[in-house]
Amino acid sequence: MPFIPHTKDDISAMLETIGANNIKDLFDEIPADLQVPPQQEIPEGLNELQITRLMQQRAKQDHHSGCFIGAGAYEHHIPAAVWDIASRGEFLTAYTPYQAEASQGTLQLLYEYQTMMASLMGMEVSNASLYDGASALAEAILMAIRSLPKSHPSKTILVAGSLHPHYRQTAEAIVTAQGIKLIEVPFDTKTGTITINSLEAHKSLQAAALVIQQPNFFGQIEEVDRLTDWAHANNLFVIAVVNPIAATLFKEPGSWGEKGADIACGEGQPLGIPLASGGPYFGFMCTRMSLVRQMPGRIIGRTVDVDNKPGFTLTLQAREQHIRRAKATSNICTNQGLAVTAATIFMSLLGENGLQNMALASYQNTQALIKIVSAIAHVHVLYEGNHFHEFVLHLPVKASAVIEEMAKQGIQAGYDLGQTFPALANALLICVTETKTEEDLQQYGKALQAALQTLGKRNGEKNHAAVTA
Amino acid sequence: MSHVPTELKYTSSHEWARVESDGSITVGITDHAQALLGDLVFVQLPDVGDTFKAGQDTAVVESVKAASDVYAPISGEIIASNDALSQTPELINSAPYSDGWIFKIKPSNTAELAKLLDAETYIKQIG
Amino acid sequence: MLIFELSQPNRHANALQVQAPTAAALGLPKHTLRQTKTKLPAASELDVVRHYTRLSQKNFSIDTHFYPLGSCTMKYNPRAAHRLASLPDFLARHPMAPIVHSQGFLQSMYELQDILKAVTGMKGVSLTPMAGAQGEFAGVAMIRAYHLDRGDTQRTEIIVPDAAHGTNPATAVMCGFTVKEIPTNKNGDIDLDVLKAAVGPQTAGIMLTNPSTLGVFERKIQEVARIVHEAGGLLYYDGANLNAILGHVRPGDMGFDVLHMNLHKTFATTHGGGGPGAGPVAVSQRLVPYLPTPMVGYENNQYRWLTEKDCPKTIGRLSTFMGNAGILLRAHIYARMLGREGMRRVSEFATLNANYLMTKLKQAGFDLAYPTRRASHEFIVTMQKQNKELGISAMDIAKRLLDYGMHAPTTYFPLLVPECLLIEPTETESKATLDAFAAAMISILSEAETCPEKLHDAPLTRPVRRLDDVKAAKELDLVWKGE
Repeated sequence: MPFIPHTKDDISAMLETIGANNIKDLFDEIPADLQVPPQQEIPEGLNELQITRLMQQRAKQDHHSGCFIGAGAYEHHIPAAVWDIASRGEFLTAYTPYQAEASQGTLQLLYEYQTMMASLMGMEVSNASLYDGASALAEAILMAIRSLPKSHPSKTILVAGSLHPHYRQTAEAIVTAQGIKLIEVPFDTKTGTITINSLEAHKSLQAAALVIQQPNFFGQIEEVDRLTDWAHANNLFVIAVVNPIAATLFKEPGSWGEKGADIACGEGQPLGIPLASGGPYFGFMCTRMSLVRQMPGRIIGRTVDVDNKPGFTLTLQAREQHIRRAKATSNICTNQGLAVTAATIFMSLLGENGLQNMALASYQNTQALIKIVSAIAHVHVLYEGNHFHEFVLHLPVKASAVIEEMAKQGIQAGYDLGQTFPALANALLICVTETKTEEDLQQYGKALQAALQTLGKRNGEKNHAAVTA
Repeated sequence: MSHVPTELKYTSSHEWARVESDGSITVGITDHAQALLGDLVFVQLPDVGDTFKAGQDTAVVESVKAASDVYAPISGEIIASNDALSQTPELINSAPYSDGWIFKIKPSNTAELAKLLDAETYIKQIG
Repeated sequence: MLIFELSQPNRHANALQVQAPTAAALGLPKHTLRQTKTKLPAASELDVVRHYTRLSQKNFSIDTHFYPLGSCTMKYNPRAAHRLASLPDFLARHPMAPIVHSQGFLQSMYELQDILKAVTGMKGVSLTPMAGAQGEFAGVAMIRAYHLDRGDTQRTEIIVPDAAHGTNPATAVMCGFTVKEIPTNKNGDIDLDVLKAAVGPQTAGIMLTNPSTLGVFERKIQEVARIVHEAGGLLYYDGANLNAILGHVRPGDMGFDVLHMNLHKTFATTHGGGGPGAGPVAVSQRLVPYLPTPMVGYENNQYRWLTEKDCPKTIGRLSTFMGNAGILLRAHIYARMLGREGMRRVSEFATLNANYLMTKLKQAGFDLAYPTRRASHEFIVTMQKQNKELGISAMDIAKRLLDYGMHAPTTYFPLLVPECLLIEPTETESKATLDAFAAAMISILSEAETCPEKLHDAPLTRPVRRLDDVKAAKELDLVWKGE
């Protein structure tokens, strides 16, 4: 029996102790008409050899030879030690550190994580993680609304149009039941960033907070200082959605404008978490000390034991659902402990230098690819200004067609912006990190050119057919 | 047995209220309530000038294992909050009826005072 | 020692660094750049490996200790599931990869949807919620969407029994509802008269766990369903305790309209020190249109994503991509290994183990919270008597168990049983382990009588003794300041 250790003798001895004839008797409090036979739709069990074969075949079907998609999940080199250590059974199979004395490993690691993440963001405090980037933003929005002075309530949030569309959709799904409205501030079509002018148009809404993503969804660098100062001058909180690797290179949220952002959150995946179909990743959240009691999720504190020896424990638990129930800051119960374990080891191994070099090398490679694709006829980079490791390329045909064509050669060309921005159907969002070599970039250029030729030819034939018909 | 001063008024949700000579009402939580909560670590105070209806949650007292709302015993406007509690919430544990007061309220309807419990009734309730 | 204290300026894990020109050399404008230093450590690779290996050794875990944490289902997490979900091509799959590079993953997700549908007796499944609490959110949001879609705007209240997990009322509030708590009777069942009085045109639904958090099966569940449905409300099933009935009894047959499963409990995915979990939702026919996206569909011999375009009434998206995909993959592998029969054995042996351990402890003189009831997959011992007579609390027992090399059961939950220990042994533990746990409890009980200070002082063998939680909350030290 898979994973069940009982021998026949064990079973009869146990039943005898209980005073039952068979295991079925133990279900005698459950109404008989609710007890059902085995579900035929569920296949027969497989042993480990069989399941290994099956999953190896499945994995093979998903093979590719180069990923240039970013759009919120980024491929970086992950040192071997990261998951070797994170996958130790003592990290992998422990649970929530409610019994602090039996969980000092996890607790100390989380305290170290909070320190690293807060300092990366230039903020005073961090929680021990949330589910992912998009849901972290939803929680940040709820937190901002809660943190408003009682005399000035507001249920409106300004959201940059250059924010990841899935973040916006997720936030909307999570916060609208509480009567909160997200208002989109359109981005400038020349720079792909938001401007003070477009914010001014929304001044009269007296919103609670402004959500800015840096670098934004298009990979562009926003003028965060000016946007932050505008928000603070108009009594809005600033919620910064940030790529943690980029934060080692570009100005960290705590230094935005005169006063710094109020809440920084985002996707922790770039810090040592594999792409892995979108999860498990982890969301991070940092804020000012003055707002710490409004922050959702677990928080670890350092204290002392009865012998005055330092130790770590869950703290500020009275905010949480298991104590505060209906009045909790959030219904969130778990954090993404294992992903955070990996991220903490990743940050320790690379240090500030390692992360910054990763960011710089990604930027350098992106510039190199821009140069290569700019030489191809009828394509151009869409937005002016600075970007990080993603850029938008305008194509003469639909991006979806190019993606399909390049996939045939094993290359994942990028993200089709037409999926979420109908006006950008011919725009491809391309990501290049430090993992790509000069050869990879050349190959991408060739594959793109070939795809455009094939599609051009096919279109030409279609047009020709239309004319002759 | 917890201490229940006879000169104060009480609510079934464990607040006490004292009518001051200027007509304002000082509010705190009872000795019984502080003992149930254990060591207090944080108090969220109302802002001076805010108005509340009787029974509305006005402040929050928090210990390591619990957090509890403090309700306004009567309707009115907050005229003072005990700022000392921000740094030393344990005053509520050590002196619930004196230094551990939480806020003062200027009542908008003194008739509501009649609805509060006297010490004897409150003792019966917690007994 | 903290990792920061191992840090030395200019030391690096050199093999891991990529080379790059400076920002100035790359022409990045200065006003956009970071001007401050971080507190990230500069350490060697060996320093880091040793530091975190040592930290890991300070943890209790399923792999190292018996972990009878009630309500958390700390069963063995098969290594095969972890290893196979970590095959390089699975790890390298981008969440937005073209579907021609995604068929292996999508097929596995499609199968998992079908297996979960079958084992819960429901009509539709969405895998995307990232944890039980998010599954709850999705479920209650669907209940809200259903009523609003019918123009039934007066249903503003969710009923929650007093024994419920804290996430239940917190979720109802997040979804814009008010919460009405109803009491449980002395045998651990819902009081039907109170329920009848509580429902009405304002009732949006009720959130229930069955077996309940009290470790007993709600015997009148069909009656409960009838009362709530007749009032126009829907029934939400909190799947926290699904391990007790897996393969034998299905929430769909009990009359539930929506439920979430905790795959990190019932489907043996790793708990990772507090997550990630996964909380898929399953629904009856009337809620299918509202399921959160994305889901996986199959047509023309190809698996593909179902999005807002396919499901216009969806409550929407709950994560950036598709939730905790890697956890879902592990659950799929586990489910395929168990198969049809293995699935039923889970609940059979979880129930056998719980009833056996409960009987052993009862015979040893421990008081059960519900002595006349069968245990489900877990049961409650109350230390109220010992607390009064010997001054020993449930917390003292929990801490002393750590000295015996066993993780403590869940303490002080459910809130309505005083001085309680909620004990869930799970099906993967042997009789020998359960006997050892019972022996430890008996030994601790005798210590309570002869030398109670051993319990008050416990634990004595862990890296730290009891911590000052009041100091932790009052003098907040949440990040290392560098001393």
